[in-house]
Amino acid sequence: MLRKVLYIDLSREESFAEERQKLFDEWMGGTGVGIKLLMEECKPGTDSLSPEAPIIFCIGPLNGMFPVATKAVAMFKSPLTGELGESYAGGRFHLAMRFAGHEAIVIRGRAERPCYISINDADVKIKDAASIWGVDAQTTGMILREHETGVGRRSIIRIGPAGESLVRYAGVVVDTYRHFGRLGLGATFGSKNLKAIVISGTEHVEVPDPKKYREVYNKLYQATVQTDAMEKYHDIGTSVNISVLNWLKGLPTKNFQSSSFPEAEKISGEMFADNYLFRRLSCAGCPIGCVHIAALKSPFSPHHEFEVRKVSYDYEPIYSLGSNLGVTSAEGVLRLIDACERLGLDVMSAGVVLSWATEAYERDLITPQETLGLPLQWNNVDSFVKALENIARPPNEFYSDLGRGVDFASAKYGGQEFAMALGGNEVSGYHTGPASIIGQLVGVRHSHLDNAGYSIDQKAAKKQLDAEKMVDEIIKEDNFRGVFNSLVGCLFARNVYTEDNIVEALAAVGINKTKEELKDLGRKIFDEKYKFKVREGFDPARARIPQRFYETISTMGKVTPEIVEEMLRIYRKKRGWS
Amino acid sequence: MEIQENVTGRKDADAKPAVAAPTKPKKRRRLKVAHPERCIGCLGCMFACSRIRQGTASLQDSAIKIQTRGGIEGDFVVVVCRGCENPPCVRACQSGALERKPDGRVVFHEELCSGCKKCEEACLIGAISSGKEGKPIKCIHCGACVAFCPHGVLELEEVTA
Repeated sequence: MLRKVLYIDLSREESFAEERQKLFDEWMGGTGVGIKLLMEECKPGTDSLSPEAPIIFCIGPLNGMFPVATKAVAMFKSPLTGELGESYAGGRFHLAMRFAGHEAIVIRGRAERPCYISINDADVKIKDAASIWGVDAQTTGMILREHETGVGRRSIIRIGPAGESLVRYAGVVVDTYRHFGRLGLGATFGSKNLKAIVISGTEHVEVPDPKKYREVYNKLYQATVQTDAMEKYHDIGTSVNISVLNWLKGLPTKNFQSSSFPEAEKISGEMFADNYLFRRLSCAGCPIGCVHIAALKSPFSPHHEFEVRKVSYDYEPIYSLGSNLGVTSAEGVLRLIDACERLGLDVMSAGVVLSWATEAYERDLITPQETLGLPLQWNNVDSFVKALENIARPPNEFYSDLGRGVDFASAKYGGQEFAMALGGNEVSGYHTGPASIIGQLVGVRHSHLDNAGYSIDQKAAKKQLDAEKMVDEIIKEDNFRGVFNSLVGCLFARNVYTEDNIVEALAAVGINKTKEELKDLGRKIFDEKYKFKVREGFDPARARIPQRFYETISTMGKVTPEIVEEMLRIYRKKRGWS
Repeated sequence: MEIQENVTGRKDADAKPAVAAPTKPKKRRRLKVAHPERCIGCLGCMFACSRIRQGTASLQDSAIKIQTRGGIEGDFVVVVCRGCENPPCVRACQSGALERKPDGRVVFHEELCSGCKKCEEACLIGAISSGKEGKPIKCIHCGACVAFCPHGVLELEEVTA
């Protein structure tokens, strides 16, 4: 297996590849190698939007080798939180990196003018992108597809206008419908004058024992398609949770003012599947096809003339741009998702920023003077679309402030008690109880996917877990996911990749690790990430927890500050932090 | 190499030879792209092909290719050998590396291949591509990919030679 790091310097317009076998031996790949490279490349206190801030992409030893190992990870200093930036994307990027022969890519410096990077196997070119600067993310993809080679093998990742404007939660669109969405990688691209990366390759990977490889592949493939380990993602998809969480009183509604939405049925996964779903797609290497695509047909004249847009949806965008904004129609949600796709905004942060702004507008903390006359009201989809456009291309200071995230905006305009961020990152769609809050607060990237606190809450509601047990579960997930994210697998397949299966899969590609060694690695990766976080100023003891979490009833009932503090205390103790 | 008398390969039911036909009609298996519109783009077939036939993980070593037209917002296209009755790739091959068997199968003799790529040019649908060492990767209609298509896009059919 090729264990190379490709270094690209945009300031010097040069690149070189380096074999770093030891780095991969010790840190596996993916997020493990990623955090090590970030520590090497990013000096303490580096301005996240300066040329000195690196972008690092990594894949792991299972990418391109086994089913549902379909992700790549980006590591950077987050322009949103000022500390660890870590974001995952599916699509084909992981595969294109694998077959181009680069398990990690480090991008340094800043281009003098807009550029994009074209990688074909070992050949790296930095090309002029002046003519596509300002072009939306979807059109950029279409233009580059025409210009570049590698049909069927390549991956095209690019930013939209939001990344160019340095919106702190701008994402990077991957191929189509997938994203390095969270924590502002799009702004980092923008700060480097980097519009896109096109990558493809023709390498192949040999395995020590093809027969054994086929056996293990078959086993994991069967586990993926024939058991119920991934059933949830087959049919309605993650959006099935809209109804479930609504019923469980865990669906954030109108900026977390409520945890159930009387109109949830109108934006439920079932509603989307029955009336709008027309196609399912998959990331390369996954037989599931969880990417749900809706056809949004809207008339643009009274003479039966229609625009048809194909929009992907999932649970999180339906929460953030749907229930949390009081939007009562699937069309409305799809229009907002589509706007984020074109502008290159992270749907989750964008939705939470808008929900804060809408409540602040209701409470007169902000006025039409700031919004430029735009009435930010629940369910006012037209206003929301316009507001998103204004965030991506800010016409005044207010929209520019919105582009810096809900922590920044609420510190300036007020309403921090309902500014729904943890660790500086806008929260995900779960008001399930204390584990969800603690999980996102202490998680390395302040994401619900760091440790699935929302799922621990739901387990706790059934089985009466005490505070310590919940913390134990969070720590177990924190560590295990560090390993899984080094491979780099899709978290939807975490039930397929049991510890035993991981050991077997690694052995089939020539990497021998015991379960204990993997456990140690998980812990080590977590600690290394916290070194970076603490160095850059994150302190879980002083992190802000919005009051709103304690006011709105959750799946686990009312969450009290006492239980949250208790769990944080236990967590710190178990981690050995003072 | 056997000389093909009927170069069009077309079967003519009325033109039966005077002598008795062989008792058992020759048959071959052929890959069929039965439902391309059901493809989700997982590339499972491509990986199956390189894994099972070459023992590698590769897109390049696969005889079947999934491509997109206009990105994945557009449609998927399955590019694979359709097992022509009168294969242009065989006719284009100067070195005898591609041989059409009496039952209609085309077999590839790697040791005879000069790597001239004439077969690639001859195939209008682009079903032959070069793998490692510049030798063509040719579908043998084994059906390895069929088992790894989660949506029944591919089928293996039996056709009379």
